[in-house]
Amino acid sequence: MDIVVCIKQVPDTAEVRINPETNTLIREGVPSIINPYDMHAIEAGLRIRETVGGKVTVITMGPPQAESALRDAISMGADDVILITDKAFAGSDTLATSYTLSKAINKLGAHIILCGKQAIDGDTAQVGPEIAEFLGIPHISYVKRIEDIRADYIKVHRLMEEGYDIVESTLPVLLTVVKELNEPRLPSLKGKMAAKKAEIKRWKASDLEADPDRLGLKGSPTWVKNIFAPEVKKDRKILQGSIEEQVDALIAELRRFGCV
Amino acid sequence: MRIVVKPEVCTGCETCIDSCPYTAIVMKEGKAFITEYCQLCRACLGVCPEGAIIEVTEESDLKPSQVAQPSEYKGVWVFAEQRYGKVAGVALELLGIGRRLADDRSVELSAVLFGSTESEARELIKWGADRVYHCKDPIFDRFNDEPYCELLSLLITEHKPEIVLAGATPVGRSFFPRVAARLRTGLTADCTSLLIDQETGNLLQVRPAFGGNIMATIVCPNTRPQMATVRPRVMKKGEYREDRKGEIIHVEARGLHSHTKVIDSVREVSEVSVNLQEAEVIVSGGRGLGDQKGFKLLEELAEILGGAIGASRAAVDEGWIPYSHQVGQTGKTVCPKIYIACGISGAVQHLVGMQSSDIIIAINKNPEAPIFNVANYGIIGDVYEVLPLLIKKLRSLKGQQ
Repeated sequence: MDIVVCIKQVPDTAEVRINPETNTLIREGVPSIINPYDMHAIEAGLRIRETVGGKVTVITMGPPQAESALRDAISMGADDVILITDKAFAGSDTLATSYTLSKAINKLGAHIILCGKQAIDGDTAQVGPEIAEFLGIPHISYVKRIEDIRADYIKVHRLMEEGYDIVESTLPVLLTVVKELNEPRLPSLKGKMAAKKAEIKRWKASDLEADPDRLGLKGSPTWVKNIFAPEVKKDRKILQGSIEEQVDALIAELRRFGCV
Repeated sequence: MRIVVKPEVCTGCETCIDSCPYTAIVMKEGKAFITEYCQLCRACLGVCPEGAIIEVTEESDLKPSQVAQPSEYKGVWVFAEQRYGKVAGVALELLGIGRRLADDRSVELSAVLFGSTESEARELIKWGADRVYHCKDPIFDRFNDEPYCELLSLLITEHKPEIVLAGATPVGRSFFPRVAARLRTGLTADCTSLLIDQETGNLLQVRPAFGGNIMATIVCPNTRPQMATVRPRVMKKGEYREDRKGEIIHVEARGLHSHTKVIDSVREVSEVSVNLQEAEVIVSGGRGLGDQKGFKLLEELAEILGGAIGASRAAVDEGWIPYSHQVGQTGKTVCPKIYIACGISGAVQHLVGMQSSDIIIAINKNPEAPIFNVANYGIIGDVYEVLPLLIKKLRSLKGQQ
C-alpha cells in the first residue's frame, strides 16, 4: 500500500507573541517543530505499513529549512521523504498549498493520504479536505480510531460535536487525524542514523506539472490584510480599596446588570 | 507582492535579521537583503527603525481572477447545519451575523438546509432568513462530505451568492474546504468577527492565528463567493420574529453519490459540557486555587448565581477537575453573561475560549496577570479571602429578598 503523509514545519506557537508597538510577530528564538497533529499522522502511516505492508512517503511544502522536519520523519521510520520547495510557492494560502500538494501526490500515487487535523500556526484545518477535492477522492476528517484497513476498504471513527461517527470508505482516501488516534513513537537509534545520512529529495514547481497561475500568491484568493494583537477590553476596571470594599463594589455592579 | 529593503534607507543595523522566521534576511555589503527564502509572512514589516522594509505590489498581483466577476454575485448565504434533524445553535448565530452583513450590503439573506424538516426550515425564516433552500433527501440525514459538497457547490454555482458562511464545527470545517476548492475560491477558517469594508464592499474576515496569540484580517478580493467558517458561540443569534415572512425553495437531490458511508453515530454528550455552553454564569478556577478544595468554594458561588463550573487547562492538568470542564483553545469555547475567573492567570489559550463573555470578572493575587487585560472588573486579592466574603454577602442579600 502506498501511504503518503503530509506534514508542516511550524513554530512552536506557545512561544509566539506579537510586538504591541509594531504589530509584528516576535518569533525570535522560537523553535521549529513538526506540527504536533502531523506527528500522529506519521505514526498512523507507520502503523498501517506494519499492518498491511507498503511504503510510507512523508512530504512537506515549505522553505529549505523544512528539511529538518523531514529528517525527523525519517528517524521515526519513514521510507522516503520529499521537500517541495520553490520561490514560486511563496505566499500560498490554503487553496494554493493544497493544489500544490495534490500535484505532488498525483505524481507519487497513493492509496491512503494522512494529514494532521490542522496546523497549530494557521489552525485552518483546510488543506487536507482541499487536497482530497483536488485529487477527486473522498476524505474523512477528525479520525480518532482506525478500526479496519484492507486493500480497498477502511473503517474509522470520526470525532463529531456530540460524540463520534463510525464511517467506512473505499480507497484511495484522505484522512485528517486527531491526537486521540495514537501515541507517536520516539525515533530509534537506527532511524536517527538513517536521518543523518539521508539525501533529501527536492521537488520544484517545474517538477509538478502544475499550472503556474495556481501557485503561490497568484493562486491564492485570500490575502492577509493585516495582523494585530488580540483586543484589550477598554471598559475594564480594577476595583479599589480593601477586599471587603472591592467585594461590595463587585456586588453593586452585579446588581446593576440584574445578575443578583 | 514582494517584500524588499530600500538600500538607500537601510543603515545596516541588523535589527531585522532575527525578525525573520525563515532566515530569509541576510547582510550583503553592509545592507540587509531579502532572499528567495522569503515566504511573505510580513514578520519583518515594521521592525526596521528606519522604515526601510516595505511591501511592493506588482502589476501581476492585481490581475483579476478569471474564475468570477465579483459584481455578478449577490446575496448572503448561511449553511444551517442540522444534527439528528434539529437545526444546530450555530446556524442561528450565523443568521444573526448574516442578517447584519446582508443589511449592510442591501441584499437578501438565504439559509441552506440539508435534511431535517419543513418546520425547521420555517424556523430559519423566523430567525432572520429571507429564503431557505431546503433539500429533504434522506441522503443528508447523516453527514458525508461528498454529497454535502456536491449539492452546495451546485446551488452556489446556480445562484451566485457573494458570501457563504458555515459554522466552524466538525461538519462545517470538514466539507466547506471541499466546496471552496471545487469553486476555486478563498475560505477563511474559524472567524470570530465579520464585517463589510465600506470602501470596497469586500468581507473583512477576522480570525485568531498562532494559537490565538495574534488576530488576522483576511480578505478575498478577486474571487467569489467569499467563504468563511464562523466559530460557534461568538456571534449573537438573530432576532426571532414569529411573523417574519420568507420563502422556502425545495431543492431536489440531483445525482449525489458518496464513497464514504456513516454506519453508526454514537452520542457521547456529557451533561457538564452542555451546562457549560448554555450557562449564563460560569465560575471558573485555575492553578491559583492551589488544590482541589478550591473548587468547593467555586461550586458554592456557582450555586448562588445559578451558574456552571469551568476550569483552566492548568487546573485540569493538575487533576483537580475533569477535562469536560476545561475552557479554552483545547477545551470549550463559552460565551456566558458573566464569567468569573478565579486564580486564572489568563494564558492566551484560555482567553480565546472565554473572551467574548459579556462581563468578565477576574480575581487574582498577581496584579500583572494577563487575565486583567480582558476583565471588566478585577479584584487583586487572594481567592480564599475574596470568595468566602463574596459568598457570604450574596447569601445574606438573597436572604433579604
